[in-house]
Amino acid sequence: MGGYILKRLVSAIPVLLGITVIVFLIMAMIPGDPATAILGSYATPENVEKLNRDLGLDKPLVQRYFIWLGNMLTGDFGTSFSLNRPVLDEIMERFNATLVLAGTSFVLCSLLGILAGVVSAARQYGWADKGITFVVLIGISVPSFFLGMMMILLFAVNLRWLPVSGMYAIYGGGDLPDLLRHLAMPAVALAVVATGVIARLSRSAMLEVLRQDFIRTARAKGVPERGVIWRHALKAAMVSIIPVLGVQAGFVLSGAVYIEIVFQWPGVGRMLVDAILKRDVLLVQGGVVFVAACYVMFNILVDVAQSLLDPRIKT
Amino acid sequence: MIAFLRLLARNRLAAAGGIVLALVVALALLVPILPLQPPDVTNTADRFQRPFTEGHLLGTDHLGRDLLSRLLWGTRLSLAVGTAAAVIAAVIGSAIGIVAGYFGGRVDNVIMRGVDMLMAFPYILLALAIVAALGPGLLNALVAVAAVNIPFFARNIRGVTVGIAHKEFVDAARLAGMGHARILVQEILPNVVPVIVIAMSTTIGWMILETAGLSFLGLGSQPPQADLGSMLGEARSALITNPHTSVVPGLMIFVIVMSINLLGDGVRDALDPRLRSGALTRPQPATIVQRDTVPPAQSGDLLELRDLETQFHVGRRVFRAVNGVSLRIAAGECVGVIGESGSGKSVTALSVMGLVASPPGVITGGAVYHNGQDLIGAPYRALRRMRGDKVAYIFQDPLATLHPLMKIGDQLAEAIRVHHSVPRAELRRRAIALLKDVRIPNAEARVDDFPHQLSGGMRQRVGIAMALANEPELIIADEPTTALDVTVQAQILALLDDLRRDKGLAILFITHDFGVVAQLCDRVAVMYAGRIVEEGPTAAILDAPAHPYTKRLMECVPELGGGRRELAAIPGLPPAVDDLPAGCAFAPRCHKAQDACRAAPVDLDRAGGRAVRCLYPEAEIAGATE
Repeated sequence: MGGYILKRLVSAIPVLLGITVIVFLIMAMIPGDPATAILGSYATPENVEKLNRDLGLDKPLVQRYFIWLGNMLTGDFGTSFSLNRPVLDEIMERFNATLVLAGTSFVLCSLLGILAGVVSAARQYGWADKGITFVVLIGISVPSFFLGMMMILLFAVNLRWLPVSGMYAIYGGGDLPDLLRHLAMPAVALAVVATGVIARLSRSAMLEVLRQDFIRTARAKGVPERGVIWRHALKAAMVSIIPVLGVQAGFVLSGAVYIEIVFQWPGVGRMLVDAILKRDVLLVQGGVVFVAACYVMFNILVDVAQSLLDPRIKT
Repeated sequence: MIAFLRLLARNRLAAAGGIVLALVVALALLVPILPLQPPDVTNTADRFQRPFTEGHLLGTDHLGRDLLSRLLWGTRLSLAVGTAAAVIAAVIGSAIGIVAGYFGGRVDNVIMRGVDMLMAFPYILLALAIVAALGPGLLNALVAVAAVNIPFFARNIRGVTVGIAHKEFVDAARLAGMGHARILVQEILPNVVPVIVIAMSTTIGWMILETAGLSFLGLGSQPPQADLGSMLGEARSALITNPHTSVVPGLMIFVIVMSINLLGDGVRDALDPRLRSGALTRPQPATIVQRDTVPPAQSGDLLELRDLETQFHVGRRVFRAVNGVSLRIAAGECVGVIGESGSGKSVTALSVMGLVASPPGVITGGAVYHNGQDLIGAPYRALRRMRGDKVAYIFQDPLATLHPLMKIGDQLAEAIRVHHSVPRAELRRRAIALLKDVRIPNAEARVDDFPHQLSGGMRQRVGIAMALANEPELIIADEPTTALDVTVQAQILALLDDLRRDKGLAILFITHDFGVVAQLCDRVAVMYAGRIVEEGPTAAILDAPAHPYTKRLMECVPELGGGRRELAAIPGLPPAVDDLPAGCAFAPRCHKAQDACRAAPVDLDRAGGRAVRCLYPEAEIAGATE
């Protein structure tokens, strides 16, 4: 198992490098002179030249890439000019908030999605299946940012159950119950679409598995129907559900951008949008590379989970 | 195509989605000629008018602009941008996919590596990076959304192209001297276009949502121009005081995406033939029973099948797989059921414990008595308790019939655990003992193996061990040796024979092989087209088969040392069981068939211990001894 993890880690290196290359190339596409783009058309030539030097823009493209990469490897993501603080510090602080939000959402959508999918498959064409299918259809069609706004109207403004926005109350907050109260709406709003997708896929994976011969064997052994569904069928269906969880984790992680804007959540997504509007290139570059790298690492975890479940995968 | 549209129209949800979408698109197209107020004219005196006020059907926004007009213009813009993004992504992505799939080798490798890298990004993040580089703006948002969807098309279309690139017609074009470009455009492209269109129809809703999302963040359309996303984004600051300005554009996005999803699902279902046949339907825990009369038990035998009828109902067609089968098995007896594929022998075996997949399987008549108790009418709970405990099964292909992700020891233990409460350590001990019973060497270590780690013969031994777990009275073995090679087959048969004598088991043995019957069975029933055509003691039937079919079937078995005899095959095919002839089902293939055979069903004639369903039997059965 240790060997397998190591192998997957090694195979992630070219992907991580590829990510840095892609991000670097995209950022190099900035039309015209980046320094002018950042400083605006009223910038003095001296300032433009200084910024170009600070950004290393006076050097050839390839060299610039390797300087940037080398700096990142030593933990130097550069300094954000709009915030005037090291990019990595800002990212780490913001990423914590995003992780709390996206992590909670991911757990929610995985559990609820699989549960809904299994129940739906087990009661195929029954009222539970029809109900779930309908709710899922609405869930995957509603934009998360619109859903978030409607939740604010209902639960925060009309019913006054939950706070409107933010991660902690400004006065007297900061403990876990306070965090949970603030987390409830954004986490649910973020989870809805992914829950729908996972539920749909789990349903079809279960239906596929329930027709297999080994399910007939379980029934012939006298395994009660509950055991057939939850032990035999779900275990086999997980083989096709787990990769989808990996993909959905990416959607939850990046979909957090909208939710962080709607709920004023102090995460990486909101930081990125602000940075884009302020044309803070280093902050955008660093943020995107960091989040993408985390996602690659998460997918290694997914692969490991898959190999633990399925002994047929060569470890 | 017409059939496809008809299928689509029959799907009510998809039709509803299609109608709503058509309405929205029509409105969006007609916007310039509709009598609407100008969308960008501000009038701060009339700001935040509620819906249904005079002159403003949906009210006004924070600058006093007419919401209805802005909504329709915004819808037009959102639809246009989303569609444009989908088309761009489809064209570029498909081009990449076709090239990669057609040329293969290094080209494919390099391209697909790049695609994998792009797919390693969380989706929206990549779009954000592109907008960050190009700067906010609707056109840039469009480019970003199109770009991040290119890998999706590239990967899908590549897969389809790889399948086509090696077809004969492409080889023929190549041999005819056509250049790569011409082959790609004339031969490959027409074959992948339907796939591209379907992929596009399923992603277009997503792209509309994504461009709206970027506009919502303020990175897409810039004021005063507004698509649905930026309308929602601008309304957000007034969400609490004037929610209608948010609800109007938000609902419109929802309606558009939902109708596209409904339509897309309908398209997919109409195109997926597996859904059409109902094959994806989940089998019920026990076979559905729809019978009118229950024939009484005639004996107190261990198992008695009385006029059993099992059918498959697929659409309007009815397949009569088992058509009135009666059979008895006494305690400790081994009875063989032999027949070709499709003769109904396996369905007969599965019907006993309600294991025929249902739907489409339905037991439509007859009864199965186990020690005088009817199993067909038994409630699921009673049936469940008997399965594996009193009557156990051994199936054909042990790789498919064992759970691939569970240790064999756990699967054995479970067979015991679901019927008897036994402590965990004891369960493991018993699992090992069972593996020893079926002569698996090194059972203590093997108990922790997964099925894929065992050979085919060993797996079938596990299957047998599982059937023996609760020391049942009867084992139903459904072609247990068919998937194994000949030497292993002999070992498994010898094992079954030993176990049967040691434990006094009764066995119902399903096979298509007379050699196996001769080796193992006391009595044998020959099935053809869902009916028993001959039945009797094995030795008697082997000596003097009475039914022409039995005789022909026996001639199919190669005989060791009998090399000079010509190996026979029965000409023709068994009849389709949804279209059975009126008379004897074998008559069309029978060399002795007369008009009487074809006229009316032939009864099973019993005499002594034998029975035959034939008007002109090969041998007289009356004289046969019991």
